[in-house]
Amino acid sequence: MVELRGVAKSFRGPAPRRIFDDLSLTIAPGEYVAVVGASGVGKSTLLNVIAGLEPVDAGQVIVDGVDCAKLGDEAKTAFRRTRMGFVFQAFHVLPYLSVAQNVALPLALQGRGASADDPRVTAMLRAVGLDGRDASEPRELSGGELQRVAIARALVHQPMLVLADEPTGNLDPKTARQVIALLRDTVKKSGAAGLLATHSRVAAASADRIYRLTADGLQASSPTDFE
Amino acid sequence: MTLSARLAVARAVTGGMRSTLRGRTLVAIMAIAFGVALGYAIELINRSAVGELTAGLALLSGDADLDVRGPRAGFDEMLYPALARDRDVAVASPVVEVDVKLRDRDEPLAVLGVDVFRAAAINPALVAMSAAGSPQGANAPSGAAQRRQPQALGDHTAEARLDTLRSDALFPSAAAAQWLGVAIGDRVVAQAGLRDVTLRVAGHAGANGGARYAVMDIGAVQDHFDRRGRLTRIDVRLRPGVDIATAERRLQALLPPGVQVARPAASVDATARFSRAYRVNLDVLALVALFTGAMLVYATQTLAVTRRRPQFALLRTLGLSRRRLVLWVVGEAALFGAMGAVIGLAAGYAIAWVALLKFGPDLGAGFFRGRTIVPSIEPLSLLLFAALGMAASVFGSAMPALEAARAAPAAALKAADADVAAPAHTTPIAWAVIAAGVVAAFLPPVADLPIFGYLAIALILVGGILAIPAVAQAALRALRSPRSVPGLLALAHLRATPGRFTATLAAIVASVALMVAMAIMVASFRQSLDDWLSVMLPADLYLRTGSDSAWLSTDDQRAIAQVPGVARAEFMRATSVSLDPTRPRVVLLARDIDPQHVANRLALVGSSQTPAPGAPPPAWISEAVADRQSLSPGRTLTLPLAGRNVAFTVAGVWRDYARQQGAIVIERARYRALTGDDAVNEAALWLAPSASAGNVRAEIASYAGDSTRIRAETPGALRRISLATFDRTFAVTYALEAAAVVIGLVGLSAALVAQTLARSREFGMLRHVGMARRQIGAMLALEGATLAAIGVAAGLLLGFAISLVLIHVVNRQSFHWGMDLHVPWLLLASLSCALLVLATLTARISARGATSIDAVRAVREDW
Repeated sequence: MVELRGVAKSFRGPAPRRIFDDLSLTIAPGEYVAVVGASGVGKSTLLNVIAGLEPVDAGQVIVDGVDCAKLGDEAKTAFRRTRMGFVFQAFHVLPYLSVAQNVALPLALQGRGASADDPRVTAMLRAVGLDGRDASEPRELSGGELQRVAIARALVHQPMLVLADEPTGNLDPKTARQVIALLRDTVKKSGAAGLLATHSRVAAASADRIYRLTADGLQASSPTDFE
Repeated sequence: MTLSARLAVARAVTGGMRSTLRGRTLVAIMAIAFGVALGYAIELINRSAVGELTAGLALLSGDADLDVRGPRAGFDEMLYPALARDRDVAVASPVVEVDVKLRDRDEPLAVLGVDVFRAAAINPALVAMSAAGSPQGANAPSGAAQRRQPQALGDHTAEARLDTLRSDALFPSAAAAQWLGVAIGDRVVAQAGLRDVTLRVAGHAGANGGARYAVMDIGAVQDHFDRRGRLTRIDVRLRPGVDIATAERRLQALLPPGVQVARPAASVDATARFSRAYRVNLDVLALVALFTGAMLVYATQTLAVTRRRPQFALLRTLGLSRRRLVLWVVGEAALFGAMGAVIGLAAGYAIAWVALLKFGPDLGAGFFRGRTIVPSIEPLSLLLFAALGMAASVFGSAMPALEAARAAPAAALKAADADVAAPAHTTPIAWAVIAAGVVAAFLPPVADLPIFGYLAIALILVGGILAIPAVAQAALRALRSPRSVPGLLALAHLRATPGRFTATLAAIVASVALMVAMAIMVASFRQSLDDWLSVMLPADLYLRTGSDSAWLSTDDQRAIAQVPGVARAEFMRATSVSLDPTRPRVVLLARDIDPQHVANRLALVGSSQTPAPGAPPPAWISEAVADRQSLSPGRTLTLPLAGRNVAFTVAGVWRDYARQQGAIVIERARYRALTGDDAVNEAALWLAPSASAGNVRAEIASYAGDSTRIRAETPGALRRISLATFDRTFAVTYALEAAAVVIGLVGLSAALVAQTLARSREFGMLRHVGMARRQIGAMLALEGATLAAIGVAAGLLLGFAISLVLIHVVNRQSFHWGMDLHVPWLLLASLSCALLVLATLTARISARGATSIDAVRAVREDW
């Protein structure tokens, strides 16, 4: 499903920084993987590289059999639009759209109908426990509810890969646990692969496999190691 | 707090603004500079002009306590001995002033015929210096001439003394001699009627005065230029101890109608008043430029403050007081204002310097043509205009500064790109302000100035801006949600964030409204002028002699009417009479006119009435006379003619764009019968079907002996000249229109770039979920286009309302020019489309940052 082969990434500029070098990773379809690591080690960059949002210096990023590095910007965008879903730490739910409109956004971008009462949207809202909240405005929702909206948005178009970057970073522990469980369940149910970048032990523990990202690269880890 | 700590806080508050908004800040500074430059230049030119006028008229009036003045054609010279013998009068000096046409010169020369022996006692500037350098007339027993030229006394010879009395002796002032390029002994050819009169430069008049005039013996002027028995002015010096005001009142009672006594300064006031309305209108334009500058500062600072809300919130959390935050933001704007003011003052001085160099300070008096004046700097006005520039900038930044200080620090810290506070409910206030503006538009002028008209414009503009949030919301609600994602997101964003765009829309609406108002006013005026020219120029050829000294006698009139090819000739005598000593004289046009068909010759406003049997004869008055004298058809108008008051019935009001001081048309036959003056100075010729204008013109030139003696122009040429003059006069408004468009676009650009920066996380998320760069660009372009469309639509409506006030109130009350409304649809449509396209492009270009890699990374940013 996702295969990284010998990927190298560094940031140029006044203070050049090497993020990772010769990094390899494989995620099978339906597999739910967590990447843990210290702040600034490159977890988000790894997700951006897989999403085709950051170019790599060397190596291959193959998602669903497609070498993303060889795609142009438009093709990458279209690829992301149809095959990936995203969940962010700060939710990034558009404040000027209703809950249902936010969830319907990926469908609208694919030209598959943007209506807020689309059955897929309604079903997805039900799946994340926001049944009946479709007309609500984001400012009326709690942090946990906003992240549920984000999860629904990430899965409504049935992507093959969900990338989640610190999805519980802005939530209290109880809500975080609920959101982690929900994210895992919905991703698993959808049949998509999932890649979770997190600091959270609880979040990491929900994954099928855990990797630790350090300056030396990715190493397989376990919840116990993580503690 | 120590100085270094204060500076650190200042850097923290203002640093980001300066770095991110450098280009826009520069434009805001330049807008302030533009307003200050325009206002200061007008002030400098005006001060120089009035100063020159005062000095010049003081020079020509000398030590006179009072001036007795009559109509341009003059008054009976027998008034002079009567005045000279009056018990309060010490010395009276008679003057005949004639604008003399000279060969090879387009402009006439003011020639003053004086009695040198009398003039020396009152008016040294009119004392001629002979070729030997001796003041003629200096043998008068006392007077300023003796005081000013003591070294010259005793040098004169009998020959030199007599020179001034010779009929061909001309004594130009230094400025006039320089203009003419003549030296003592040279000849100057003047035109009297259609004859040449050769004059000899026999010396110079005055000492160092810069005014352009020449002096001759009074008898010679009367003889040469058909002014026998006539005077135009008597300068009077009262006996010591006589109260001037009392004497003024007593002497006025002795004078015949049409002749007035006044202090010399009254002439300055009357002449300065002539151009006051124009100057005040330019001053208002300068204020408009300052206002648009303030709007730009408002837009720039609002968005700068919006963008830096989290930084301000952090500083507030760390202990910066609200008051200090407001002071720093306003202080920064004051600094921008000061920079704009400094640039504006320098530019204003340069504009005034160039304008005075090119056009001179002449305000219509005719004495100062060609003078080179350097504007003088006066500290008070310098400070005033600097303060105005700073005030405009501070005014523009006050609201954003208060908004920054009001924001709750905790909320602002959490939501960096949250919407700014929703706009207050200003709609009821907006309607009240607009209603007050409408009421103000119906109020009369104050001191001849359309003060309430300007107030009406200001109120309508401010009311319109206050109504923007409600109007924008209504317009956005009325729009159907598009199917495309960029369109859907753009509209949803605009609907949900009204406060964010109020400042931008205000800048666009204000600039479009001002642009539209000026465009409609100028188009209405130009079209009305064109229509007016069509009515006023029905003939095939127009003749004009061009000055006081050139006229057509009855023989000339007969000869012209009989020129082969001329089917019909109508003649006109243009002179002037004084209806009010505090105002410039009104032009009196005695012309061949059929009272039954006046509409064929005059641009009547309404219909012409035939006086009732037994009523005074008809006169048709221009709108300026109707307004100033409160006259309307059917009322009686009294004209001072030939030393007596003659009643006329106002038979109609006509539009006259040529004579701002006002004009009255009467039948020439009646004028001739009342005054005995049968000369004319203008003619309109209708040609026979087979005749050519060129041939007729050549015949007339042949008759006159020279083509310059009678100017002949076709109506087409006159129309071209008039419209070209119009376009030159209104060039400044075109510049302001362009400035308004630029200001609107810069305001929009500032808003959108700041928006792009503030919404970077949103764009980052959209890029993540698969929104293409071009879609994000299209979304922002649509937002810009929608905003611009609302702004342009509101600006068009507001501009139309303001144009009505400009046309029917400000112009009417300033210049007494009526005009018909002509909306330049094509121009407005083109400008609106251009603005929309430019706004969309501006938005698209401003959106580049939204699709950058920084936006993608911004999804990680969090406070």
